[in-house]
Amino acid sequence: MAPTLSLRLRHQVLDVDLSLPLEADAPVTVLFGPSGAGKTTLLRCVAGLDAPAPPARVVLDGEVWNEGRRRVNARRRGIGYLFQDHALFPHMGVDANVAYGLTGLPRAERRARTAQALADAGVAHLAGRATRGLSGGEAQRVALARALAVRPRLLLLDEPLSALDAPTRTGLRAGLRAVLASSGTPTLLVTHDRAEALALGDRLVVLVDGRVHQQGPVQEVFSRPATPEVARAVGTENVLSGRVESRAGGLVRVGVAAGALVAPDPGGLVPGGRVLACVRAEDVALETEAARAASPRNRVAATVTAIVPEGPLERVELDAGFPLTAYVTRTSRHELGLVPGSRVRAVVKAAAVHLIPRT
Amino acid sequence: MDWDAVALSVRLASATTLVLLVGAVPLAAWLAFSRRRWTVLVEAVVALPLVLPPTVLGFYLLVALGEGSPVGRWWSETTGSPLVFTFNGLLVASVLHSLPFAVQPLMASFAGVDRRLLEASWILGRSQAATVLRVVLPLSRPGLVTAAVLSFAHTIGEFGVVLMVGGNIPGRTRTVAISVYDSVQSFDYATAARTSVLLLLFSLVVLVATYALNRRGGPAWPRP
Repeated sequence: MAPTLSLRLRHQVLDVDLSLPLEADAPVTVLFGPSGAGKTTLLRCVAGLDAPAPPARVVLDGEVWNEGRRRVNARRRGIGYLFQDHALFPHMGVDANVAYGLTGLPRAERRARTAQALADAGVAHLAGRATRGLSGGEAQRVALARALAVRPRLLLLDEPLSALDAPTRTGLRAGLRAVLASSGTPTLLVTHDRAEALALGDRLVVLVDGRVHQQGPVQEVFSRPATPEVARAVGTENVLSGRVESRAGGLVRVGVAAGALVAPDPGGLVPGGRVLACVRAEDVALETEAARAASPRNRVAATVTAIVPEGPLERVELDAGFPLTAYVTRTSRHELGLVPGSRVRAVVKAAAVHLIPRT
Repeated sequence: MDWDAVALSVRLASATTLVLLVGAVPLAAWLAFSRRRWTVLVEAVVALPLVLPPTVLGFYLLVALGEGSPVGRWWSETTGSPLVFTFNGLLVASVLHSLPFAVQPLMASFAGVDRRLLEASWILGRSQAATVLRVVLPLSRPGLVTAAVLSFAHTIGEFGVVLMVGGNIPGRTRTVAISVYDSVQSFDYATAARTSVLLLLFSLVVLVATYALNRRGGPAWPRP
């Protein structure tokens, strides 16, 4: 059985009972939620930086870190922590920062581990540099190398990309995912950014108002929000995994379970590469078989499996060879005569398909 | 001018500064980290010399270090010489009298270090002491400089406590501030003026140098 991190916290806004599997081949758990949901507080309680009010329980793989008032010191937990603003020691160079946690090792091994950590984080070329001149992206990588150099049992990342500007962020996402996946260190990552959650996470835990509302594989949670709160927090999004089939004229053809979707090319894709194709449920239009094809849009045949009223809209669950969710108004549901079992076509404009590369 | 007194004052101020830098860093770090309620009591005691008349502090020290007290007796039995009216007694008195001038700039500097850096250090497995040495102190250099300079200058200028604990023994406990008082008492205004000018210039130079060092980062507030 895979090791687990189990938490019971009643601290500030948090009211959480959570058990997370930590697997080396799917290492990243994303803690997702709006700001003020208690994500960072939860992370700091796991790190031992905040003392949660009793009764609290934090257990990693059978080792009790927190029970009632008893608490293992943060420095004895053997974790790595990436702070939002990276928190590099400004009076030390890149190497000294990365080597900081490597105490009690012979000098040669310290140096070797430092170089290895920098290489693993993809910034071997920054060795010997001062910390002051680093760009935001470089600082983030150095901080990641520092956290990984001590070979932590658990890696905690607090909004790792939020301190960077938007273009840098998009570029660094795929790289960060590659580093996390290849290190295999169980990771708990906090974010409020949907694209970040989709690009980086294997599992998703949705935290709203201090409570866990849903947890599961990332795609599943985004496609099938269990509660209205989750739907509001994540937005109902159809997340389909697929492979790039071809690129031409600024468009990408992506093969998904039962066909293909055409989407604008976000750049950085290679034919055969894995991607997640995201379509918001609001952007899925439904038409009956009778309607004629009008424009070269993405359309797939589907069967209605369920219809759930949600306020003024109705959520229509479809089976198109893969699960798909659409929102329609009550009026159009009547016009289309939708009932569970109806045969329809789901139509998605190419522009509404958002691709996220996924290694 | 009484050069013996100047030399003694410089020796006393140097020793006091050295002792304070070694002693005040852990004290300031402890005060900065402590969560205990009675920390404020310690803080208040450390600050006492700022408001207490030097003669009052001197009186208590005279009693506490004298032959009638266990401390004074233990000292003269171990070393063969008394504490009061000697250089060592002056040193103890100066250290206590200048304590707030060392501890307060250090605490202010420590508090200005980004707490995220401390947390990063703990998470990387370092103890509080190691964190203070490797992260807090290097980033508190202005506070260290201020603490050292103020301790030194304050000791040079101290009068009441020294007079109470050390008396006025030429070459042994007569410091430069006392020699000014002595000169005036014997109507030797010329000597008093020369010594005073020396002290005035010294104090001014020291303060200008300190503020210049600490201001290298530019003004604290931007211009509107």
